[in-house]
Amino acid sequence: MLRKYIDKIKPQFEEGGRFSKLHSTFDAFETFLYVPNTVTKSGSHIRDVIELKRTMSVVVIALLPALLFGMYNVGLQHFRAMGMTDLTVMECFGFGFWKVLPLIIVSYVVGLGIEFAFAQVRGHEVNEGFLVSGMLIPMIMPVDAPLWMVAVSTAFAVIIGKEVFGGTGMNVFNPALLARAFMFFAYTPYISGEKIWIAGMNAGQTVDGYSGATPLTEIANSIAEKAPALNISSSVCDWIVGTIPGSIGETSFIAIMIGAAILLFTGIASWRIMLSVFAGGYLMGLLFNAIGLNAYMDMPAYYHLLLGGFAFGAVFMATDPVTGSQTGTGKFIYGLLIGAFAVLIRVVNPGYPEGMMLSILFMNAMAPIIDHYVVEANIRRRNRRLKKATK
Amino acid sequence: MSKVIHLKKGLDINLQGVSEKVLIAAPLAQEYALTPDDYIGVVPKLLVKVDDTVKAGTPLFFDKKHPEILFTSPVSGTVTAINRGEKRKILNIIIRPSEEREYEEFNVPKTEELTAESLKELMLKSGLWPFVIQRPYGIIADPADTPRDIFVSGFDSAPLAADFDFILQTSGEDFAAGIEAVKKLTPGNVHLGLSDESHSKIFAKLEDKVQIDTFSGPHPAGNVGVQIHHVAPVNKGETVWTMDVHSLIFLGRLLKTGKLDMSKVVALAGACVEKPRYYRIISGARVDSITAGALKPVKEGRSMRVISGNVLTGKKIAEDGFVSFYANTVTVIPEGDYYEMLGWIAPRLNKFSMSHSYFSWLTPKKSYNLDTNLNGGQRALVVSGQYEKVLPMDIYPVYLIKAILAGDIDKMENLGIYEVIEEDLALCEFVCTSKTDVQQIVRQGIDLLIKELN
Repeated sequence: MLRKYIDKIKPQFEEGGRFSKLHSTFDAFETFLYVPNTVTKSGSHIRDVIELKRTMSVVVIALLPALLFGMYNVGLQHFRAMGMTDLTVMECFGFGFWKVLPLIIVSYVVGLGIEFAFAQVRGHEVNEGFLVSGMLIPMIMPVDAPLWMVAVSTAFAVIIGKEVFGGTGMNVFNPALLARAFMFFAYTPYISGEKIWIAGMNAGQTVDGYSGATPLTEIANSIAEKAPALNISSSVCDWIVGTIPGSIGETSFIAIMIGAAILLFTGIASWRIMLSVFAGGYLMGLLFNAIGLNAYMDMPAYYHLLLGGFAFGAVFMATDPVTGSQTGTGKFIYGLLIGAFAVLIRVVNPGYPEGMMLSILFMNAMAPIIDHYVVEANIRRRNRRLKKATK
Repeated sequence: MSKVIHLKKGLDINLQGVSEKVLIAAPLAQEYALTPDDYIGVVPKLLVKVDDTVKAGTPLFFDKKHPEILFTSPVSGTVTAINRGEKRKILNIIIRPSEEREYEEFNVPKTEELTAESLKELMLKSGLWPFVIQRPYGIIADPADTPRDIFVSGFDSAPLAADFDFILQTSGEDFAAGIEAVKKLTPGNVHLGLSDESHSKIFAKLEDKVQIDTFSGPHPAGNVGVQIHHVAPVNKGETVWTMDVHSLIFLGRLLKTGKLDMSKVVALAGACVEKPRYYRIISGARVDSITAGALKPVKEGRSMRVISGNVLTGKKIAEDGFVSFYANTVTVIPEGDYYEMLGWIAPRLNKFSMSHSYFSWLTPKKSYNLDTNLNGGQRALVVSGQYEKVLPMDIYPVYLIKAILAGDIDKMENLGIYEVIEEDLALCEFVCTSKTDVQQIVRQGIDLLIKELN
């Protein structure tokens, strides 16, 4: 039925048809509904059933636990700050759902709109990359981020971060993180501080004196005040479950780990990167323990892995195959350095309580260099062999 | 037995329609053909015209750049057509076989008197030379070269490919004679690559005559290029030659009888074949001489694809097309020209994927009926680490592919283009999420090298 209808309207979108300018858009919807009937023309006659839509949808599925928990947590934090503690899970979730949904819609509409337009101008098929970026962007935003700012940040990330390089697969920086970085530097008050992590707090809907600081901010404050010990109002258990203030998707270690399990089970994300980011962060934490100049440095190393966006970044951002290292050895180095730099920025630079974003973006820029040296090593092996043979 | 080289990377694709080890003598085909496109880079110059009578071994054309390399008729009969395409390019030369098989008589030197020169001359004249392929480039070898070594793969690990152990049951002696003879052609070694499961008795007899290298692991372990890489890789400036099992059988026969007998055993395989079996045919036979009546009926609105060769590297041919020169397998699989609703998110339990986002990796023994659907659209390369899993060589395939696309010859050399030909990266193409035409790109790169460096 549906197939017949599509076949009927298809000619209008092909060259010479009435809507030929919307060909890429039509193609995107058609291939979404039906795997096309294209057959192999050259080379291997059979092909693996994996395709980018599958890959991307697995990542979106892996993001769901963190997203759903994030929605619940938005509600929970909001009502707690209002002094209401007797609300059910569903009430919390319902509140969060309606808070987060507009962010998701804005991110997808803006991002996909630009993607479709560029694909159309280039005459390409629409690439599925933004399906993931579009979900990531709201998850790394504070819940009260103004929608127009999210829209501008998304547009910046997609156009400057991706399309000018040639689209998905060609970009240097992770688009979602670029959106956050843009927001961070352009509209700093809306994405840092103590008041923006809880819905309605900035608008003064909460109880006076209720702190909305994330654990990392609390730590930074303790250091700034030269307090003898770190003043953290939440426990390790809270961090693992995720009932703390923070960006929408980043708070729950458990939910992120469910996503990590999905990504690792399906092999979509690189275990090399994921493992080495955690290892890098932990080792850097241990190094600071050894130095031990202040209370932050003395903090147990594993805290770093649970706090802030570390786990979220390690699982969903660092593992982006396009912007990360692409060689096996390179992935280990890339991951280790991300983890190490994130912790380094946190501990040493008081201006940025959270270092994960900057660390990943920095390593995105470094990844081609790492790969270059790994590939050079391969070339040297080959040349050595040549020399031996010609002797 | 020598040390076994264990290859871990690679992929075995279990397809339905494995040929049962039963040998059937196929009837004489109505037509035989030589297809110049089977030989990479050859520009054919005709030596016959329509209505000429030819014998098995009569030259039909030669290569413009190497006039000494002759391409000879596999059967005796009459040239009935010379088909041409655009710009009068010769598509194929068709021969209707005569009832009686007549052979050109070739002067075979006595075994003791056989030298590299006399052997080369015999192979050139009889039309066996085109079986000698050189690395780098994977083109027909230059007879003036002296190769460092000669490599022969004694097994084919590709999906549904013919089993050489079975083929050699009937022609093992010829093979042995052939491989011993080609030792004359190189000052180095003749390497025979075997699988740890190879069990043909003839291999045991050859143990002290040629260098035997044993491999274990999934496809492409049987690719001669992969074997060379692990035994003695090709460096810039070096040349090695490769030959396949069938060509050595032909050579053995020629040395024994002085006649060119290109009858060979091929596997007819694939999910569309009613009873997949082995057939004895003469090289270049029209494929319907073995497929007629052997295929399953097609469902309405669907069609099937006949492939001369295996599913990864073979050539699509018409239902009345011709088995190509180098093929040891004819595969028939369903075409995938249909739409699949929301297929990309469906569980697809009957489809095969290397990716664990499907479930086929949980049932490694299951065999699949795969069709020719591309299963997606072409994209820029997004996923990393995929090609590396199926290429058991110390090469970074993605970087090599990118160097080729950029036309950077230095990079291509540095990244190991001399060590690969299309078939070695065929699995990369199979597993590619972005549906990149890897094999075509590799050939593009090799063509560019040949053009720029020679």
